Amino acid sequence: METESAFPVVIAEKALHTLVCALQKAGYRVIGPILRDQAIVYDELDSVADLPQGWTDEQQPGSYRLKKRTDQALFGYTVGPHSWKKFLHPPHLRLWSVSRSGNEVRFSHDKTPIQKYAFLGVRSCELHAMAIQDKVFLQAGHEDAGYHQRRNDSFIIALNCGEAGGTCFCTSMKTGPQATSGFDLALTELLSADRHEFLVEISSQIGANLMHDVASREASAEDLATAANILARTAENMGRHLDTKGLKERLQDNPEHPRWDEVAARCLGCSNCTMVCPTCFCTSVEDTADLAGETAERWRRWDSCFNSEFSYIHGGSIRSSVKSRYRQWLTHKLAHWIDQFGSSGCVGCGRCISWCPTGIDITEEAAAIGSTAPPPEDTS
Amino acid sequence: MKDIAELLRQHPFTTELENEIIELIAGCASNVVFQANDYIFREGGDADHFHLIRHGTVALEMKGPGRDPLSFLTIKDGDMLGSNWLLPPYRWSFDARAVELTRAVAFEATCLRAKCEADHHVGYEMMKCFVPPLLERLQMARFQAADIYGA
Amino acid sequence: MLPRFLPVQRRIRETADVLSLIAEPPEGEKLPVFLPGQFNMLYAFGVGEVPISISGDPGERGRLVHTIRDVGAVSHALLQLKRNEPLGIRGPFGKPWPLDQARGADILLIAGGIGLAPLRPVIYHLLAQRHSYGRIALLYGARSPADLLYHRELERWRRVPDFQVRVTVDHAGRDWLGDVGVVTRLLPKINLDPADTVVMLCGPEIMIRFSTQALLDMGMNTQQLYVSMERNMQCATGSCGHCQFGPHFICKDGPVFRYDRVEALLKRDEI
Repeated sequence: METESAFPVVIAEKALHTLVCALQKAGYRVIGPILRDQAIVYDELDSVADLPQGWTDEQQPGSYRLKKRTDQALFGYTVGPHSWKKFLHPPHLRLWSVSRSGNEVRFSHDKTPIQKYAFLGVRSCELHAMAIQDKVFLQAGHEDAGYHQRRNDSFIIALNCGEAGGTCFCTSMKTGPQATSGFDLALTELLSADRHEFLVEISSQIGANLMHDVASREASAEDLATAANILARTAENMGRHLDTKGLKERLQDNPEHPRWDEVAARCLGCSNCTMVCPTCFCTSVEDTADLAGETAERWRRWDSCFNSEFSYIHGGSIRSSVKSRYRQWLTHKLAHWIDQFGSSGCVGCGRCISWCPTGIDITEEAAAIGSTAPPPEDTS
Repeated sequence: MKDIAELLRQHPFTTELENEIIELIAGCASNVVFQANDYIFREGGDADHFHLIRHGTVALEMKGPGRDPLSFLTIKDGDMLGSNWLLPPYRWSFDARAVELTRAVAFEATCLRAKCEADHHVGYEMMKCFVPPLLERLQMARFQAADIYGA
Repeated sequence: MLPRFLPVQRRIRETADVLSLIAEPPEGEKLPVFLPGQFNMLYAFGVGEVPISISGDPGERGRLVHTIRDVGAVSHALLQLKRNEPLGIRGPFGKPWPLDQARGADILLIAGGIGLAPLRPVIYHLLAQRHSYGRIALLYGARSPADLLYHRELERWRRVPDFQVRVTVDHAGRDWLGDVGVVTRLLPKINLDPADTVVMLCGPEIMIRFSTQALLDMGMNTQQLYVSMERNMQCATGSCGHCQFGPHFICKDGPVFRYDRVEALLKRDEI
């Protein structure tokens, strides 16, 4: 819900604690970045103290390393291997269970209370990723009711990125670094030798209500200018770039480009890129039954177009080569997605580049496909 | 009875042939009729004729011990029948059985081969008539070998 | 989306490995309307779910017919269902055959193998609204006479005036008096106006490719031809990703496509 006008305010670093407490009191499970397994991942926060203060990450193709910062920034890193989709579109979900007695069949209703989430530190690219998944799961007539509820119940605290990572290219995809919509509150971390504060934009009534209890002052012109400078600097420091002009046609018109063979020679088909991607939505269902055949369940599990069984029809897999699976992924992400859902499926977060074990760089591959004339068609 | 050359002109096989060639090869041809279940030729027999089917149906069959003959192609109005006469050893490699009353133009193979040999232009023009149905049948055999409906 | 369970009323053996299952709703309950070419997701209790085209009469509202070939674990389990046992059903899904756009035109149906099943509702529709269409023809190819679906109906359709029914098989014994050879061999034998014919094809992709080529060679254009496609399907609502075929989701953008929309994709491997 948009409020008619809410001026940006500034809160002290310590006030973030008050905000998190207020959310917890309101019944939200607060999820944010935490340090675990040598990475910054998203999980439940007990308090602001769980945030990876003073840490940053260094990312390059096939490489993700944590490093100590010289300052005490709370959000001084970019995105890690997790994305918020694991909460909104859970990796493993029971869709229904059913029991049978003779020829009578009865569905049992799940009584588990719905968990409301508050997401702290959602980057602009991630807000765009959520909006992209909304188009998949909230299609008219085919709405995923569970997704809809989780999404509607979520409280989102966005974060304007103060740094760009080595594999970031949100400016190319026009998805950042500034959070412009799709959040309740948006933070910009204002950190220098003599200050540690947050600029807070308030974008919903719930957000405004929560901010009532948090000590704040009205943002000055200088605060706004500082925040704008931070964003401008982030935008200028993207580690990667992708030229999207004509990209859809280049990919769709070049299914036999020799570059597909070259990238397939390096691709392990491991599906890491699809697991870390914040928009990849593919799933498989698993039907199970007890030994007596009296109760059965259907589970939905994240799947990946990189698995050969993904395209199985009786007789075999349609896409049996790694080349065809990589081509499917890249062409879907950057081209077919536009036909299907009206936007690219890529938000430029760079996760697939960092977490590829062989360092395949989506920006490099996309630029190479169709950049030179393909060899003449073999029409025999 | 209609002139043989006229029957040939009416058959799709000769669509691309010059009239002079049709007249020339008509000298090797005669009008024939097969009753239902007549064998037009048998596997292993001398391939001394070839036929252009005017009306009717011919089943091409192969036999194996302990099983009924298996038809792998039916030849109908407008089709040509048989190609083993073209090249040595001039021996049929399957059975051809009329399924119903079938009318055809039969060519005597030695006569036709001699005319093609004597004038290579005639031979080349005839070859251009033969190759398209042969390629079509080769392609059909590939589809059947692939068992496309069963797979 | 939860499946609805309907009791199996009848099982009709079509061939050695194909059965038609007829399900009927309990007294007082209605079935959703379906259009020829649409499919349902059929669920075998605890085993899994598969997409199966509806093969019954769209005008017959009291029962739901699916013709199923035993090709995998789920279809096998479905074919074990006995009378009164519950069959799980979600649907109908997908885009239908273009019966409205085809009004007034000649209609050519080309079916291969189990591909006759998704076209049978079209035949029922055409026969029920015979005056709305021009000449109609069915060319049906199968592996052998024993593999032909719907024998008795084929005989009945053959006797319908102005309905040209031609059947061909890949191989046959002496008891088969029909054609032997591929389905495209039948094309020159039928009497339709190529310039004003709508063609609907359903069968193995190899058959689709060589049949569409033969139709184009006869002077038809790609916009006269419609094909039904098959891929792995799980959600049937365009959100599991499995059935993607280039930019299309077969489950919701298809399974029936006008040929010009899929022609280039069909010519590529592993799309």
